[in-house]
Amino acid sequence: MKPILEMKGIDKSFNGIPVLQKIDFSLGEGQVVALVGGNGAGKSTLMKILTGVYARDSGRILLNGKSVNFSSYADANRYGLRMIFQELSLVPTLAVYENIFLNNEIRKGFTLDKNKMIAQTNELLESLGMRFSPNVITAGLDVGYQQMTEIAKALSAKAKILVLDEPTASLSDSEVKVLFETIRNLKTQGVSMVYISHRMNEILEISDQVTILKDGKVVADESAKNLTVADMVSHMLGGSAEKRFAWTPRKNPPTTEDMLVVQELKINGLDTPISFNVKKGEVVGIAGLMGSGRTEILETLFGIRQYTAGKIAVDGEEVKIKNVSDAVNAGIALVPEDRRTQGLVLTHTVKHNAILPVLNRIKSWVMIDEKRADAIVNEKVSELNVKTDSIHKTISLLSGGNQQKVVLGKWLSSEPKILLLDEPTAGIDIGAKGEITDIIRNFADTGNSVIMVSSELVEMMAVCDRIIILCDGKITGEYTRENIADITEEVLQNAIQG
Amino acid sequence: MQFKVNSFTDFKKRLFSHNIIVYIALVIIFAFFALTLGSTFVSVNNILNITRQTAMISIMAVAMTFVISAGLIDLSIGSTAAMSAMMVSVILRETNSIALALAGGIAVGVVVGLANGLLITKAKIPAFLTTLGMMGIVRGFAMWITNTAAVPILNPNFNFIFGTGNIAGIPVLLYWTVVFGAVGYFMLNKIPFGKHVLATGGNETAARFSGVNTDRIKIAVMVLSGAFAAFAGILYAGRMQAGRFTFGEGDELSVIAAVIIGGTSMAGGTGAIIGAITGSFLMGIINNGLILAGFTVSQQMIIRGAIIILAVAIGSRYSHFKSNKSAESRKAN
Repeated sequence: MKPILEMKGIDKSFNGIPVLQKIDFSLGEGQVVALVGGNGAGKSTLMKILTGVYARDSGRILLNGKSVNFSSYADANRYGLRMIFQELSLVPTLAVYENIFLNNEIRKGFTLDKNKMIAQTNELLESLGMRFSPNVITAGLDVGYQQMTEIAKALSAKAKILVLDEPTASLSDSEVKVLFETIRNLKTQGVSMVYISHRMNEILEISDQVTILKDGKVVADESAKNLTVADMVSHMLGGSAEKRFAWTPRKNPPTTEDMLVVQELKINGLDTPISFNVKKGEVVGIAGLMGSGRTEILETLFGIRQYTAGKIAVDGEEVKIKNVSDAVNAGIALVPEDRRTQGLVLTHTVKHNAILPVLNRIKSWVMIDEKRADAIVNEKVSELNVKTDSIHKTISLLSGGNQQKVVLGKWLSSEPKILLLDEPTAGIDIGAKGEITDIIRNFADTGNSVIMVSSELVEMMAVCDRIIILCDGKITGEYTRENIADITEEVLQNAIQG
Repeated sequence: MQFKVNSFTDFKKRLFSHNIIVYIALVIIFAFFALTLGSTFVSVNNILNITRQTAMISIMAVAMTFVISAGLIDLSIGSTAAMSAMMVSVILRETNSIALALAGGIAVGVVVGLANGLLITKAKIPAFLTTLGMMGIVRGFAMWITNTAAVPILNPNFNFIFGTGNIAGIPVLLYWTVVFGAVGYFMLNKIPFGKHVLATGGNETAARFSGVNTDRIKIAVMVLSGAFAAFAGILYAGRMQAGRFTFGEGDELSVIAAVIIGGTSMAGGTGAIIGAITGSFLMGIINNGLILAGFTVSQQMIIRGAIIILAVAIGSRYSHFKSNKSAESRKAN
């Protein structure tokens, strides 16, 4: 296949530190090439160079065989390159058609030609297999449809090459199916795509070619047909991570004593009352699709969401959880689903994020004991292997994996008995994932309990002592350790589909 | 920390990361007036006069730093100061008790702040609109209480302590500024409350998910703002030896400008108390210098407005610089 796009010998360094070294990358017409690598491997930097956001230090970019230089993202747009961002770049208060034609409005004389824009939006949406009204306000759409709007926007500007950055990160399984259909559809129309994702199975399903980066170098460039998930993981990590994804027996197995008993809990937003228990030292997974009620259960236990009936008992004592303080006092901590909007104050330092929940416990008289605060944070930073030059560094400058370790650390320093984890490894690289699963297990080994919700079933199977199946707000099954050993991801996947 | 002369960006980062732009502006503008106006400007008397004129703005700016760093705004402080001054002067006229007058004055601020806080958190009305409405309501009460008549204060002790007095040659108003500045600095930087305020303004959801009762923090911040504004009103009353409903008119805007020039971000999540007080002094120096230079009131307003825009523009260049920087480093990670 003749490549439509070629990047040859791309070099880039920041402050003298090489981030990309002699990268070769090519994309054929109507081809989907997956770009794989851990956080810091250089994927985003490479794509920023491709779309004109950064200037390369050396190397060439060829578009249809002709050498090109993009001075800005707008410049790259003119050549038909578009990035579909992880954080959607739509204006939530505008209608779908207004977003699609933003800054590219069709006019009739001096006024907007609304009818023509709506008609063209309809055509675009239809070509993507979508059926929703162009007049809908964007904020009212599900994330999946917002993403389709974003793709439609790119296509309306005659994009020939799309860069999809983690497009499925916030999509439900059915939305992913729709997205993949769209991608296949676009391929037949000759649109080429670069697909960035942490989800290996999806990559194998949707891409033709896989380019794997590690430490700013290309370590593999192969047809997706010839690769397995294990191959990709070993390329990314140099073969060190397999054991992290296989079950290893617990140092201290769970006890038979109850840590948490939830009885007939009637949760706002769920129809059926929920009952389950967690033993001391046990790691329990709640497997379910997005929207199955898994987040609602965790938020209720943490006092963010209210319950109207039922009982919660922690360590043998009944507790009433009406707000977060009640939950924290009962020894419960939550690592929320979205670390950027719920877990961290991004403009603050590592230290101030890490000590926020324990500030009231580290007072000497009324003042914050800064020395003790520093000591606690330094201890957590080294214990959890957070990579930062200083605890006084602004946390937005850390990579996703390290940010997540700070979120974990801030709750571990409050010494909880029960740790609730909502998608603890979402959007972080495999190396950091392994470290986080180790942290979870160490926490449980000391007699504490963990409830974990994750979309990465393989990961749950490797970490949890028991997995509860949640389907449409009902508990429909349970796998204990002995059973988990016998089942495959497929079995579990089918179970949560209901 | 080592200071590297060879790296200009490093220098720039240090320069701006401590929000010292306000101090540099203070030095430059002070030097400018000193050179052009000479001894009429640089005299002990004139400098002390500036501290008298800016004390109320400084004290309200300390509280406004909390308000803005919590992601809120308070437009009702000027009116609260006026209402508090009226309350104080009326109580002094009726009872001549300083303690009762103080309690009454501060109570005005607490009530207004509490009302603001409850409307913002429970009725979920944006702080801007809540306090915009409250600004009119409170000013109206201040006019109503004596039918717009001024009330003279004849208690010399009150006037000395809260306005005209000097102790060891230094105006009492400067002592009050220092006391309230120190209290504010302590509260923002040394106790958990301050960090909870910053977290609430920086990311309310994350703060709530961390167990911070963000509603309570917001209410507390509005009460603080009301109480500090009420105290500023007491100082107005002491300095003018009277209560007038016109006190503090337009102060809310001077105070907000002082806080922003002082390095507190309008977006919330950061706060600089000493910067805010310095910002107030900066505004005071500008006012004073322009008067001494013989500008007309209309000319003063134009120049003052231009200087505020310039100072804030320089300050926000820094935040632009910082966000670019962080975007780049994120990529590099």
